[in-house]
Amino acid sequence: MELLKIDNLKTYFKTSKGIVRAVDGVSFSIERGQAVGLVGESGCGKTTTALSIVNLLPENGKITEGSILLDGKDLTKLSKDRVRKQRWKNVSIVFQSAMNALNPVMKVGDQVIEAIMYHNHLTYEEARKKTKELFDLVEIDKNRIDNYPHEFSGGMKQRVMIAMALACDPKLIIGDEPTTALDVIVQAQILNLLNKIKEELNTGLLIITHDLSILGEVCDEIVIMYAGKIVEKGRTEQIYEEHLHPYTYKLFKSFPDIQGERILEEALMGRAPNLSDHLPGCRFNPRCSFASDKCRIEEPKLKEASPGHYCACHYGGVWNG
Amino acid sequence: MDKLLDVQDLKVHFNIKRGFIEDIFSKDQVVVKAVDGVSFSIKKGEILSLAGESGSGKTTVGKAVLNLVKPTSGKVLFNNEDISAKSEKELKIFRQNAQMIFQDPYQSLNPKQSVIDIVSEPLSIHNITKSEKDKKERVEVALELAGLKPAGEYLYRYPHELSGGERQRVAIAGSIILNPGFIVADEPVSMLDVSIRIGIINLLMELRNKKDISFLFITHDLSLAWLISDRIAIMYLGKIVEMGGPELIEGKCKHPYTKALIDVMPLAKAVKNRTKNALKGETPNPVKIPSGCRFHPRCPHCMDICRVEEPLLANISEGHLAACHLNKLP
Amino acid sequence: MKNSEHEIVYKGYKEFFNIFIHNKMAVAGAVILGVFITVALMGSLVYPFDLQEFGTAGDVMNPPDRSHLLGTDDMGRDVLGNLIAGTRVSLLVGLLSTLISMILGTVLGIYAGYYDNIISTIIMQVTNFFLVIPWLPLMLVLTAILGTSIWNIIFVIGMTSWPGTARIVRAQTLSIRERPFIERITAIGADTGHIMVKHILPNVFPLVFANTILVSAEAILSETTLSFLGLGDVSRSSWGMMLHYAFESGAASLGAYWYFLPPGICVVLLVLSFTFLGYALDEILNPKLKRR
Repeated sequence: MELLKIDNLKTYFKTSKGIVRAVDGVSFSIERGQAVGLVGESGCGKTTTALSIVNLLPENGKITEGSILLDGKDLTKLSKDRVRKQRWKNVSIVFQSAMNALNPVMKVGDQVIEAIMYHNHLTYEEARKKTKELFDLVEIDKNRIDNYPHEFSGGMKQRVMIAMALACDPKLIIGDEPTTALDVIVQAQILNLLNKIKEELNTGLLIITHDLSILGEVCDEIVIMYAGKIVEKGRTEQIYEEHLHPYTYKLFKSFPDIQGERILEEALMGRAPNLSDHLPGCRFNPRCSFASDKCRIEEPKLKEASPGHYCACHYGGVWNG
Repeated sequence: MDKLLDVQDLKVHFNIKRGFIEDIFSKDQVVVKAVDGVSFSIKKGEILSLAGESGSGKTTVGKAVLNLVKPTSGKVLFNNEDISAKSEKELKIFRQNAQMIFQDPYQSLNPKQSVIDIVSEPLSIHNITKSEKDKKERVEVALELAGLKPAGEYLYRYPHELSGGERQRVAIAGSIILNPGFIVADEPVSMLDVSIRIGIINLLMELRNKKDISFLFITHDLSLAWLISDRIAIMYLGKIVEMGGPELIEGKCKHPYTKALIDVMPLAKAVKNRTKNALKGETPNPVKIPSGCRFHPRCPHCMDICRVEEPLLANISEGHLAACHLNKLP
Repeated sequence: MKNSEHEIVYKGYKEFFNIFIHNKMAVAGAVILGVFITVALMGSLVYPFDLQEFGTAGDVMNPPDRSHLLGTDDMGRDVLGNLIAGTRVSLLVGLLSTLISMILGTVLGIYAGYYDNIISTIIMQVTNFFLVIPWLPLMLVLTAILGTSIWNIIFVIGMTSWPGTARIVRAQTLSIRERPFIERITAIGADTGHIMVKHILPNVFPLVFANTILVSAEAILSETTLSFLGLGDVSRSSWGMMLHYAFESGAASLGAYWYFLPPGICVVLLVLSFTFLGYALDEILNPKLKRR
């Protein structure tokens, strides 16, 4: 059974400008020990998807349709109280500037111990022992358990956040842009760590990012979102080898190929659509250089182009001639 | 000499303000040597990238070159005039000629000003033209050059109505309206969506090609530096450790730090296990700079001499310099 | 990339007006204030009142009747007329002293926030001084020294309330000064004056405006207090003066509610209206405080 199965998830926000359909029919799944990358740019709905899973949506957000099955149990059907108890035990989340989420006047170790003790019935000593083990796992010197956050560097603080996320042996860890705020070398170190966790603990990972370049390091599968919908999904190798959707193609072309020629690619013009507007046809069509009349009228469904590789485009794979 | 900009041994040191009592009782001043002896030059129409991580001092160099931060020592020669020694009044002409584009398009525009106000302000400040009609025309030209077409639609909008990419283009329009010869671009795309970046990069290249504007391109993204630069300088803890052409990034580098950066450069390729060989540790605090070669605590090839003697930037070949003792070995 | 959360989103006038209309506190405050301002401006034309027009012995402290809608005071004067005339004085003192406070506070606050030199230190020490000393004794002393004319009172209240504004303005200036758009405009070649007027001031203004409204409320209360304590301008009638004379003549023990209650209620209502407006504006202009 899949660890996480999201089926036709729709999360809408009530705003003064109308209803914003932030996530509009998203389905994918994650197996145990598998890392899935949820990729897209600002406003595509990837963060909202993550918040829907852990039920941390703001007041005006609501899951209007669909199901989120964690080990078979539908998270959308649980009461608020039960969701809170689920949180961290089964699914934990590491946020973007997580290092700023540490309490500056509390010892680093104590903050992890706090997380452990809140969810498990352990004594302080037992929790402390577990924290030291976690520090080992995330490659921080055990003896620094009594340091304060300001004594840690950015990368080390991110490791602490990961340790905290592991505190209750979760089945799934969601990383919301876990490395965006870090320098490239530290970023690589953290990605390496995530790989290690995935392999040693068999934890499922959902990595949310706009940075394609880190996906190849950690993710087994990639899901690409645009304007609240999935435009392409498949195994990492499949997507790297063949970009079926024009948007995927543009995303990948944003990263210069060192082994190729030093030429400038054609830019992607325009901007992402307003999700409270009515959007006929394919949501990407205003910016797509290959859009036809069909694209403007009929919304393409997510179809399997080759085993395991899906694309939502009327011309998936055959538009670039 | 066709050097537009000539930076000679630039140093920017900041004194840290400490508590009152500490100041009385302790003799040594805590100094952050953000930039500690940097030299380079830029020709007309040339793009030099200054690449490095946070703490390398690259942004400080960019600001010092424009005198937004006062250099502690060294010279910044612009068209053969030392601007580091000038007062703000004397710099007014210089400021018409040398502009800056900032990293954060959300914060670098005054939220209370409309686009036409923002882009025409340089004209007002330098008393370029009095007629409103002329101002409007120049603004429209600048906006179109920056890729915002039709310009008329953008004139009366406010920053919060625009996307990140559009805001950055407004900022660029504001910096080209005075026809500068030199622009410092401080991480101009790092806060923009990935698919938008190429558009902005293309724009900068176009400005160089069409208007002969030189750029000091500050970035932490080596692949971007590779794409657009004529030359690249890699900085670490306040000094340039290697300088050369784009081939540097393709692997023809001679400094271990450059190699470490290249190993983890953003690539859209599935190269598994790349991160296993990532450099260990993090950039130390610029307050406590290691002795000898600054990089020695993290260097996989550290020798005895590296701990003691700081290597100087030496010529490897024509146009290629590196500061590493390994290159001195026979 | 989402909008920076600490960006003050500029709202066009139309949008602002729309939001204003829908905010109950704002409308309540505006309506009450509007009533008072109208009375202050037109009241004496419609309902003239003369402070020197004393009544006869039998007219003193009469309860409300048809000829005197709010009764008479201890000198036989019409209370309602007095009240209306007093509106003008209370508002005048409140608003003028607030104007002094706002101008001084903003100018000094921006200077102290933008520059980090000996003058800004002096300014901040002066504000500290004023903020530490209790305002009532300070005002009493100043009024006693300078005299109780209305212009002195305006001056005194203005002088004792600018430090509060200066503090807020300085804090806001400090944060705006660090924002990249200020650095950008410096790189373009703007001089300090230009930056302060065209960039810092417009961004500081919304918060200053909201704060000013609250300062007005305080100023009106201060004037009322000073007058009540006998330090008001005897040649003019204000609500505070009415309360003063009411107290002096023992209106409370005589049960002459029509004398002391109306001015008291007016003060409360006017201050309330300013407070409503101030809070509502703060809420509107500061996106973070907005309730969903």
